[in-house]
Amino acid sequence: MQQIISLLMENKPGALMRVTGLLSQRGYNIESLTVARTFDPTLSRMTITVDVEPSTRAQVIKQMSKLVNVLQATDVTDGPAVNRELMLIRVKTSQPNRTAVLKEAEIFHARVVDSTTEGFCLEATGDSEKLDEFVDVMRGYGEIEVTRSGMVAMSLDNKKLRLSAPVPLGASAEEVLELQGAD
Amino acid sequence: MSSNLLSGAKILLHCLTAENVECIFGYPGGVTLPLYDALYDYPIKHILVRHEQNAAFAAQGYARTTGKVGVCCATSGPGATNLVTGLVDAMMDSIPIVALTGQVSSKLMGSDAFQEADTFGITRSATKHNFLVKNIADLPQVIHEAFYLAASGRPGPVLVDITKDAFQAQAHYVPVTEIHLPGYKVYSEGHAGQIRRAAQMMWEAERPFMYAGGGVIAANASVELRALVEALDAPTVCTLMGLGALPSEHRNFISMPGMHGSYAANMAMSGTDLIIALGVRFDDRVTGRLAAFAPHAKVIHVDIDPAEISKNRTADLPIVGDVKKVMPKLLNELNDLAAALKGKNAGARQAWWQQIQQWKEENPLAPIQSETEIKPQHLMAEIDKLSGGRAIVTSDVGQHQMWSAQLIRFNEPRLWINSGGLGSMGFGLPAAIGAQFARPDKLVFSIVGDGGFQMSIPELATIANHALPIKIIVMNNGYLGMVRQWQELFYNNRLSEVALTSFPDVEKLAGAYGFKGRTVSSVAEMPQALKDAVNEPGPFLLNVKVSPFENVYPMVPAGGALNEMVLRPPQPVEV
Repeated sequence: MQQIISLLMENKPGALMRVTGLLSQRGYNIESLTVARTFDPTLSRMTITVDVEPSTRAQVIKQMSKLVNVLQATDVTDGPAVNRELMLIRVKTSQPNRTAVLKEAEIFHARVVDSTTEGFCLEATGDSEKLDEFVDVMRGYGEIEVTRSGMVAMSLDNKKLRLSAPVPLGASAEEVLELQGAD
Repeated sequence: MSSNLLSGAKILLHCLTAENVECIFGYPGGVTLPLYDALYDYPIKHILVRHEQNAAFAAQGYARTTGKVGVCCATSGPGATNLVTGLVDAMMDSIPIVALTGQVSSKLMGSDAFQEADTFGITRSATKHNFLVKNIADLPQVIHEAFYLAASGRPGPVLVDITKDAFQAQAHYVPVTEIHLPGYKVYSEGHAGQIRRAAQMMWEAERPFMYAGGGVIAANASVELRALVEALDAPTVCTLMGLGALPSEHRNFISMPGMHGSYAANMAMSGTDLIIALGVRFDDRVTGRLAAFAPHAKVIHVDIDPAEISKNRTADLPIVGDVKKVMPKLLNELNDLAAALKGKNAGARQAWWQQIQQWKEENPLAPIQSETEIKPQHLMAEIDKLSGGRAIVTSDVGQHQMWSAQLIRFNEPRLWINSGGLGSMGFGLPAAIGAQFARPDKLVFSIVGDGGFQMSIPELATIANHALPIKIIVMNNGYLGMVRQWQELFYNNRLSEVALTSFPDVEKLAGAYGFKGRTVSSVAEMPQALKDAVNEPGPFLLNVKVSPFENVYPMVPAGGALNEMVLRPPQPVEV
């Protein structure tokens, strides 16, 4: 089954490698992965869809939570959550079909972002199934090329973010100060 | 330049001093030159090993013996890659070590510079966490975070890769007063309600069974374990990683479970109605075929790592917490509920103990002896006599490891040092070096096979160098015995590439390093040869030629259920 995970993590070097490495190490297939900074530039939000056995869903989340830089790992598969994907699609189309293509785009709430004599580049957002349908429809009009962002998810749950408090170091730092004086 | 500016190398050594590091096991190289130059003036002891892999194993030997963080050090490229086996080994067995590696200068990184390797990338899955330090300003914080991560929660290896320019840069040293890892969570207390429910289940069980592992050793919770075992009076096993958590001579101890565990342990595990699992991970070598494992049992699982709970066997009652903190709470709850519940199942409990006693008597783990050849089990029994449950025993990997675990008593924790999860050959000898440095007062046996010994021969120089009085006992059967055992049993006795011919003359070998060695092959002389080795003030290399075709039993074949264990070798059919 497809599991959707939302990760909030510290924006540190190697953070993405840790997540993808963990997934491949544990044998989970990544279907899509998106990552970008949040409003706090020290944090990134990642949405990952993985293909897993239902019985290992909890294990995936636990393993993710163990990563030191991960602040929160949430399974948003069963919601409440909003899932969206962005797609850019180029359609080569003949002159007589241009109006029809634009009509279809309107039905799917897609926007024209580029127009040439050859055809259009359209931008669409929605859930993945809707975008699949749009691709099918556009294929009927001619040669297409597609780039998809992968799913981004937003949990609608008010799950509290639990962070660990700073840990004081032992008095030994004082000894080191003395050592520094002796240097 | 202000006089109190320090190099990154010195700042690193300051931080290690603040972490109370006594010794570093390492091997220098090009990019760590600045570090080794600074070390020249420092009181921290550095033990020069002869291969970086052994630096990691020795650091583990130190950590496993003391519970403190072991430290190893290597240069960039090949130095760092040589550490990897030791890191994965520490990861599998949850051993706290910090590995310091040099990296080429930050300006050269990514250019395929001389001795450049992507240590940060390579060791991602080999460590609990790793760091790359390119800037001297980050160094103190990172070093203290590394030690904290290695030792806290579920312990493990942490690697810090430091560029040459970070070692060379100058900065003011500002001591670190706190570390902040907001995403790193340690759940140690255990849920009070769950603990109470667990105590109730423990009294209500008719055939309770305690399954203690390496987590109890890591948590230094042997005293707490013993109190709990005695309160419930349940039969108890310690896993390969947990041997010594409960004294081997304790009346509730029924030895090790699993593939080469005792008959009583495996039968009890198959027959119990309640497993109390403490700091264990239901490893495949313990459970056998998971679907057939402990079919009648409910499971209480206490572990500090939430990801271990219900990973292999679903826990009916999970408790995420440190066994050191949870076990006393469990004991309190047991005592609270005792008036109401204790004795409720007295009859069933008595029958359970009788059954266990019967299993123990039917098939005890008894040493086998012969008049004509030294049986490996006989060798272990003699070592056991000399140890009396008190010596440190480091083991390599293979048949000798299993016989040692079966037949040598460990009456304290942190005496039995072996590579459990990864099963790394070449572990035993360097681990003994770390152990002997940690405990100069202790008798240290390093029991190795003739295969693993030949992987660690270079470290005889380190042993000689420091005159470490380690007693190296080579259980020499001329074969990679465990692999051969499987070839005999499962590959039609086609013995492919398992014969180890051309073993060196140990008298000459040890002599070449300046200490004593001896080969013994007579049954009559073996016990005295062991005593002589122990009485020798310095190191001793004793090569014991044992009967070559002895195999380890009992045995649960891979994929078999625990109660389908094979107790003894198949007897030849009379024609």
